[in-house]
Amino acid sequence: MGTLRIMIAKPGLDGHDRGARVLARFLRDSGFEVIYTGCHQTPEQIVRAALQEDVDVVGLSCLSGAHRYLFPRVVKLLGEKGAGDIVVIGGGIIPEEDFVFLSDAGIRAVFTPGTPLEDIAAWIRTHVTRNGKESASVE
Amino acid sequence: MNHGVGDRVEKILRGDERSASRLIRDIEDDISGTRELIRALWYHAGQARIIGVTGSPGAGKSTAVGGLIGAYIKTGQSIGVLCVDPSSPFSGGALLGDRLRLQQHAGTPGVFIRSFATRGVTGGLSRAVGDAITILDAMGKDIILLESAGAGQQDVNIAHHVHTVLLILVPGMGDAIQVIKAGIMEIADIFIVNKAHRQGASDVIRDLTELPFVSRANDIPWTPLVLSLPDCADRDAFAVAIDGVAAAVDDHYRDMVENGRFGARLRRRAYYELSDAINWLVYGSLMEKLSRTGEIDAMVSRIVERDDDPYSMADTIIREQGRSVSFNVSAGRSAGGCNQNNDDGHQKNNGQRDEEIDGAQ
Repeated sequence: MGTLRIMIAKPGLDGHDRGARVLARFLRDSGFEVIYTGCHQTPEQIVRAALQEDVDVVGLSCLSGAHRYLFPRVVKLLGEKGAGDIVVIGGGIIPEEDFVFLSDAGIRAVFTPGTPLEDIAAWIRTHVTRNGKESASVE
Repeated sequence: MNHGVGDRVEKILRGDERSASRLIRDIEDDISGTRELIRALWYHAGQARIIGVTGSPGAGKSTAVGGLIGAYIKTGQSIGVLCVDPSSPFSGGALLGDRLRLQQHAGTPGVFIRSFATRGVTGGLSRAVGDAITILDAMGKDIILLESAGAGQQDVNIAHHVHTVLLILVPGMGDAIQVIKAGIMEIADIFIVNKAHRQGASDVIRDLTELPFVSRANDIPWTPLVLSLPDCADRDAFAVAIDGVAAAVDDHYRDMVENGRFGARLRRRAYYELSDAINWLVYGSLMEKLSRTGEIDAMVSRIVERDDDPYSMADTIIREQGRSVSFNVSAGRSAGGCNQNNDDGHQKNNGQRDEEIDGAQ
């Protein structure tokens, strides 16, 4: 019930957001409400925005190579704020050998260049439900 | 669902951001039982100053809001921001990009920012903004900034929800006649000519200041202030000019209080909150029931075949529902100013229908 809300964010010192914008636009056309926060975000800013926006998904884009620090940091901070139910996914220039590391750190999916956009939308539809369905028990 | 209501209210009153954002979401999605919380919160709200920012797409609303957040932070006030962008009429999705201009404040304590999609509502707002204002007010925000989606000439609904309306204009959008047209130009308490470094800015400022521009919004004279904002890339000059905007908002507030106009603004907002609630609970639930039972389809068929007409049909529905729905007309006249019906056009139909009904009874 309700439209899924997705935040697309670029953590760290990476100003290359063409991919993030293309994805944001595609998710809009797929019927999601997409909050785009732009480049150069700290994990703390991303997490606070995710809570205030009550998103179901945070999609992190990183092309700078700092994903091994930034992505897990976002998951950890969300957990600390009692928002571990928010699904975190990632994309960008991510070497395959990092996939297991990121998965272990709570990144639910990683999408690298060449992934059809429809695959990302389909993954979200399959794996994400509106958070707080048991909203009476919000923490 | 009553279970947990008091708990959620408590958390919001203590300023818990996640509880507030979740409740806003529940309102947007019309989760059953959530209005119980708004009912409770209403009695804790009423302290915040509510400021609306509107203007055409790309005029600089979000940039101005970002600047105002900075100005109010300096004074130690806590700030809630509600910003609206359009939903796609095709996919139902939305790209909410206002935060892009506000994100420098995303980590600042006391600043709460929430983006909304219009979700099919016309007028530049979301159906949930009225309740969201109540939530942020009850949370203890001193200042609430409401930013509309990019607005056109008749998107005046923002005035229903706020104490002060800032209308952002930019140079090059037309001649002096645009300035005296009805609609959005009439709701401004403060005009802001943004991008004032661009050619034509002085013309707009002249058009706004030379004409006798007395606002009629409350039947009490107030000549809207005209300010300008320079290129936001010149950060220092922009920040100084924004401080001037914040001071102008204070001037307007003081003028309203000193000249007894503030009560009229409070009544205007209360009127539209009530009107929205009635619209939702009476009209909304009635239409939902007629759709669910399939009655509406049968009625449409009768009207198409000209076995019946829309007004008689509506009359029959109201009789069968056993209620008098003469709720919208007389109150509207006394609310003062800005009597344009809001939201989705249904309400306008409602109002007209009420007159018909009153006449028939």
